[in-house]
This record gives sequence, structure tokens and C-alpha cells, in this order.
Amino acid sequence: MSITIRNALLHSVVQIADDHLILGHRLSEWCGHAPMLEEDLSMPNMALDLIGTARTLYSYAAELEGKNRTEDDFAYLRTDREYQNCLLVERPNTDFAHTMLKQLYFSAFMKPFWDAMHHSSDATLQALSHKAVKEIAYHIRHSGEWVVRLGDGTDESSARMSAAVSALHPYTDELFETDAQRLHCIEQGVLPELGEIKLQWSQTIDTVFTQAKLHRPNIGFPQTGGRQGLHTEDFGMLLAQLQYLPRSYPGATW
Amino acid sequence: MSEEANMPLWEVFIRPRVGLHHKHVGSLHAADSTMALQAARDVYTRREEGDSIWVVASKDIYASDPSQAAENFDPASDKVYRHPSFYDIPDEVGHM
Repeated sequence: MSITIRNALLHSVVQIADDHLILGHRLSEWCGHAPMLEEDLSMPNMALDLIGTARTLYSYAAELEGKNRTEDDFAYLRTDREYQNCLLVERPNTDFAHTMLKQLYFSAFMKPFWDAMHHSSDATLQALSHKAVKEIAYHIRHSGEWVVRLGDGTDESSARMSAAVSALHPYTDELFETDAQRLHCIEQGVLPELGEIKLQWSQTIDTVFTQAKLHRPNIGFPQTGGRQGLHTEDFGMLLAQLQYLPRSYPGATW
Repeated sequence: MSEEANMPLWEVFIRPRVGLHHKHVGSLHAADSTMALQAARDVYTRREEGDSIWVVASKDIYASDPSQAAENFDPASDKVYRHPSFYDIPDEVGHM
């Protein structure tokens, strides 16, 4: 692997890993607080899927980097500007409607992404895609069914779901953003083109929104910046909680 | 609408693997059958307990009356001849 492609791949793998870690952490915040026991198990289940994928990706990043860092160094010991997750995944949970919609937006993107990764020229990512695609397919089903039931539910549930759409939809454009390094990976056949993935994302969202009687808004001002390390205010609080233990007790183990 | 009407109770049956029976494993609350199947997957198959799930609305299960247990079941207790244990099984048959 040439140095150029290795650096480009390292950059992109960290971005994808950050998306999974941060969304997984947000989901884990529900543990013990879910509206019902069934969801109290379901959301941490999904969180564990996402954090598991993040672990594999961070380990691979550490290998690509070759500087003796570990998955934990990537997950816990970077500063806020070094995280390159999209802003969508760091948005606060707010309520159950926001949480499920955020999950649907992300899963509807990752499903066609992992499908396409079955043809990646990178063996590690190709192997991961076969495991991850099954997990994410379930996440779409679970969050999608909730979006339908809340959107087309009671007056209160549909009002909350509409509020979630207004709040979160402007963050979805960033999912399809590519920078120079991502582009290099796409040209080398390591990562998939995002055009086709955007079409499939739109189809999934439209199908769910039609059933949920939700209106898909036009995005006037897309909210982006996460890929450059420019995060929202809430991200600082998230990192404080995420990093507290490994920073206070370096090297702590079970 | 009451909580019970929004989120009725469902009984969950899991089949450990092909060839075995679905077995009752517990119950849960869910809005409808689709959500009940998902909740069952999340609550009862986290440790690879099975490869197939049934859910049945608890209200659709009709149960025998515990106060009638004596008249229902005790009369069978002195009829040991109903057990197929009074036959000599030829060795060739092997395990039955």
C-alpha cells in the first residue's frame, strides 16, 4: 500500500469509526433511562453493535498508522478537534423521537455503505462489512418502525417526531460529504462512491416518512463541520463523560 | 387510552434450533406484533438462544382454571397403565 493511500485510508477509517463511537455513546446514555424495559435492552444492544464496529475500525487505524497506538488511544485520548464524526451523531438525545430518528438517518446511510463495501479492495474493511451490514439492517428496521409509530401515532407523538425532523434533518447532508482524502480512497476502489448511497438513503427515508405521515423538509442551511473537527457545544459534555474514566485512571482495566 | 391498551402483553416462544419445538420463555409489552417480535429478539435472544421467534397476544391465550386443577388432573394419577412402560422391547429396537 502506498503512503498516500495509507494516509488517506487512515483519515477515512477514523472518520467512520468516530461516527460509530459517538452514536454508540449517545445510545448508551439511555441505558437505565429508557421509556420501557424492552427499549432499555434494545438501545444498548444497538450501542454495543456500533461500539464493536468502532473498535474494529480503531484497531485497523492504529495498524495503518504504525505508531504503537491502540484502539483506546483513538477512542479516549484525543482532543475534541481531533474527532471527525459528523455532527448528526453527536446531537443530544433530547427525547425518544429524536433518538430513533437520528438512528434511522444514520442506519439508512450505513446499510448501503456496507453493502457497497462488500466490493472494497481493502480486505479488512470488506470482512468487517459482512458483519456490520447485518447489524445495521436491524437498526433500520427497529428505528424505522418506531418512527412510523410515533409519526403516525398520537397528537403528542407526531408533534415530537415532527420536531425531531425539523431539528435533525439539516444535519443529514454531512453524511454525504467527501474531502480530498476520502476522494482518493474512492478512486482507489477502497471506499464506495456516495452518489448511489445517497439515492438509497433517500428511498429508505421516503418510504418510512410516507408511512409515518411525515414531511421531508428542504435543507436551507446544511449543518456541517464535524469532519473538520468543528463540533457543536454539546460535544464537549459528551467527551467529558466518555473520557472521564480513562483520563482519571490511566490504563484502568476490568 | 390506558397503558395496557397502548402496550398490551405478549407471550414469547423461542425455538433453540431447527427440529426442536418453540418453548415459552417469558413475556413483554409491545404496541403490536411487529414491535413484539423486535422486542423479543432484543430481550430473549441476546445470548444466541434461538433461531425462530413466535409471539402471541397474552389475551388470546385461554388457560385452565387453577381452582379446577384437582378435577382436571388428579384422576390421571392412578392410571399408570396409560404409560407405555409395560412392554418388553426387543434389543433390536434399541433406544425409544
